[in-house]
Amino acid sequence: MKQLMKGNEAIAEAAVRGGCRAFFGYPITPQNEIPEYMSFRMSEVGGVFLQAESEIAAINMVYGAAGSGARAMTSSSSPGISLKQEGISYICGADLPCVIVNMVRGGPGLGGILPAQSDYFQAVKGGGHGDYHMLVYGPSTVQEAVNIMYNAFDKADKYRLPVMLLGDGMLGQIMEAVELPEMKDINSFPKKKWATDGSGIGAERRVINSLFIDPDSLEKQNYNLFSKYELLKRDETQYEEYMIEDAEYILVAYGTVARVCRSAVDILRGRGIKAGLFRPITLFPYPTDRLFKIADKEELKFFISVELSMGQMIEDLKLAVNGKKKVNFFGKVGGNVMSPEDIVDNLISKIEEN
Amino acid sequence: MENKVIIAGFGGQGVLSLGQLIAYASIEEQKEVTWLPSYGPEMRGGTSNCSIVISDKIIASPIVDRADCVIVMNRPSLEKFSPKVKDGGILIINSSLIPDSYERSDICVIKIKANDFAEETGSIKNANLVMLGAFVGKSGVFSVETISKVIDEKFSGKPKLIPGIKEAFKIGYEIGQKY
Amino acid sequence: MEILYKKSKMLTDTPLSYCPGCTHGIVHKLIAETLEEIGAEGNVIGIAPVGCSVFAYKFFNCDMQQVAHGRAPACATGIKRCNPDKIVFAYQGDGDIASIGTAEIIHAAARGENITVVFINNAIYGMTGGQMAPTTLPGQKTTTSPYGRIVGVNGNPIRLSEMIATLDGPCFVSRVSVTDPVNVRKAKKAIKKGFENQVNKKGFSLIEVLSNCPTNWHMSPVQSLDFVKNEMTKTFPLGVFKDC
Repeated sequence: MKQLMKGNEAIAEAAVRGGCRAFFGYPITPQNEIPEYMSFRMSEVGGVFLQAESEIAAINMVYGAAGSGARAMTSSSSPGISLKQEGISYICGADLPCVIVNMVRGGPGLGGILPAQSDYFQAVKGGGHGDYHMLVYGPSTVQEAVNIMYNAFDKADKYRLPVMLLGDGMLGQIMEAVELPEMKDINSFPKKKWATDGSGIGAERRVINSLFIDPDSLEKQNYNLFSKYELLKRDETQYEEYMIEDAEYILVAYGTVARVCRSAVDILRGRGIKAGLFRPITLFPYPTDRLFKIADKEELKFFISVELSMGQMIEDLKLAVNGKKKVNFFGKVGGNVMSPEDIVDNLISKIEEN
Repeated sequence: MENKVIIAGFGGQGVLSLGQLIAYASIEEQKEVTWLPSYGPEMRGGTSNCSIVISDKIIASPIVDRADCVIVMNRPSLEKFSPKVKDGGILIINSSLIPDSYERSDICVIKIKANDFAEETGSIKNANLVMLGAFVGKSGVFSVETISKVIDEKFSGKPKLIPGIKEAFKIGYEIGQKY
Repeated sequence: MEILYKKSKMLTDTPLSYCPGCTHGIVHKLIAETLEEIGAEGNVIGIAPVGCSVFAYKFFNCDMQQVAHGRAPACATGIKRCNPDKIVFAYQGDGDIASIGTAEIIHAAARGENITVVFINNAIYGMTGGQMAPTTLPGQKTTTSPYGRIVGVNGNPIRLSEMIATLDGPCFVSRVSVTDPVNVRKAKKAIKKGFENQVNKKGFSLIEVLSNCPTNWHMSPVQSLDFVKNEMTKTFPLGVFKDC
C-alpha cells in the first residue's frame, strides 16, 4: 500500500528495512528528520542509535561498528559531510561497508540550507585524501531513494565500500506517496568473516586497518580498491533515458533536477522541439560508455548539463562525450532551483546561439 | 490532468498542514502527488509556503512556477505568489488579513474572510480549512467525502476539534462553489 | 622443566617496534596479562591509535582496529554499542587523546561508555620525531619548542585525567607510572581494575600511564625513567582521581 511520506523519513525507514541496525549522526539542516526518525526506530528494532558529539565522531563510530560487522550508517548535509571526509577515507582504505546520506545544501562554507548539487565532486571524485571512490547514487524521487536505500547495505557488503546516497534538500523535504518494501531478515545476510567481532585469536584474528607502511603493500591495496571499482562500472552502472531516440538536444541531469528537466522535455516536445533527457542514477560509476555511444547519434546537436552547481557533473559528461558533440551548461546556485520553464527558455536560447 | 497549487502565509497559519491535507486527499483518491515545503529559518515566524502537484500520472517536476491555484494567507504572500497564477487559474485571498483590492481579469479571484469565518467556528486556527474549502469548492479536485475522511483520520487524536474543522471547511466550500 | 615465566598468550609473536628503553612494551605486557587473567581470550576488540603505538594491532593477540588520529573513543563507542558483551579497549597516546581527540575522549567519558582506555603520556610526539605535545612540560625542549615550552606562547600542559574525573560519566580514572617494579605493580592493578569495571558493566575507565621517550628526550633509558619520576610527576601527580 502506498503511503505519503517525507523523503528523509522514507529513506530512514528503507534503511531499517534494508537491515540497518546502527545509526550515528549529528544534527544539521536539511537532514534532521533522518536522525530524529532513527532515534526511535532503532530502539524499536533492537538496533543502536547514538547522537555523536560531532560529525567526525559519528563517522568514526560508523567505522568501529562497521568494522565489527554491523550494518551501520550516518547521514548529514554538506558541511557535516566535509567533516566526515577523514573517516570516509579511512573506511575506504580499510575496505569497510557502510551507508552515508548527504542531503546537499548550498556552499561553500556554511553556505545556505536550501537545495544544491555542489557536492558532486566531493562525492564522486574522492572527497578525502587518497585514491578511492564510493558507490554514489543520485535518486530523483522518494520512491527511487527508498528502493536504492533498501539495497544499499547489500551493495556495501558485497563490495566492502561505502555507498553514498547523494540527495538534496528537496529530496529530503518533499512528501510523496511511496511503497515501502518488506523488512529484510537480518539473519539472512552473509556472514562477515573479516569483521572484528572479538572472537579472533592467533591465526584467526582479524585486523581492520588502512595503514600499509610498505610501499608494495600499499600499492597492492590501491590496485585492490580499483579492481572493485571496475566491477562497479561493469555491474552497477544505472541510468534512465527519456525521449532520447530522436532527440536533437539532450538534457543531462540527476536527482530532483532531472525531474524538472523531464517536465521541460514535455513542454519542449509540445512545442515541436526534439528534446530528450539522460539521467545518470549512479554518479559513480558514471554512465560514461552509454553517453559515449549516444554522442554518435547524427541528429543530436548538443548536450546540456543541468545542475544546481556552477558546473561539476559537466566534467564527467564532457569526458564521456569526448569532444564528439558540444556540451552546454545551465545551472542555478545558492539554493535557487530552476523551473521547467527556465530550462525551456535556456535551451531555446542555446539553440538560437548555435 | 495536472493540478499545481501554491499555498503561502505566515508561519503558524497552518500553511504546510493545509498543503498536507491536500496531499493526503490526493492519495485517498489514488492520485499522484508531491508536497514540497519551504524549509529552514523562515519557518519560524517568517513566511512559509509549499507547492503541491496533483496528477493522474507520474509527476516529474515538483517545482511550481505557473500554478493552477495560489492560496495566500497574508499580504507578503499575495505580492510574492499572485503573479504565479496562470491564465484561467484561481487565486484565493484571505481577505481578513488582505483587505486590499486585487484585480486580474484573466483569473478567478476569490476573496474570503478566512480568519473571521474561522473564529465563528470556534478557533482562528481553522482559517486554513476555510481556504481549503474554497479551493475544493471552486476546483472540484476532490469530493467532500474524501476531505471529510482525511479530516477524520488526521485529527483522530483531537476529536473535539473535528466539528469546528468541518464547519470551517463547509463555509469555504460553499463560497468557493459560488465562483 | 618448570616454567617460571612466559609471554602472555594475548601478545602475538611479532617483535615490538618500540625504541630500546621505551615503556610501551611494559604497558602492552600489562594489558595482555590482564586480558588473560580476566578470561577475555576470544572475546576482545582492541583499538590502535595514530602515534608510536599505531602498530599495536600487530602486537595484541585479538581482533584489532586501527583508527584515525584521536578517534579511538568514537570507534570504540561504535564497536561497544554493537557488541555490548565484548571487551573493548582503546590504546592512545598524549597527542591522540589530549590534543586532536579531546572531544572524542571527553564525550565517550561523559556518556560513560563501558570501555577501557589506556593513555600513554610521554609528553612528546614520538612517532613524528619529537614535537611538542599537549602534555609537554613547561620549559621542556622539543623540535617545535626549541627554546623549551614557553607557557605564554605555547600554552600549558593539559591534565587530562583530572579533567575527565570532573565528569559524571566515568567510573574509574587513575594516573600511574611504570618507572620501577613497585609502580609497575600499581599500574597493573589499575589496568586490571579498568578492565574488571568493564566486565562488571560499571562504565568508563581511563588509566593514564606516565611513560618515557628516551629517543626524543635525548636521554638514556635510566635517565628518562628518572625524569618521569622526578619531573613529570610534579606536573602530573600519580593517584586515583575517580573510583566508584
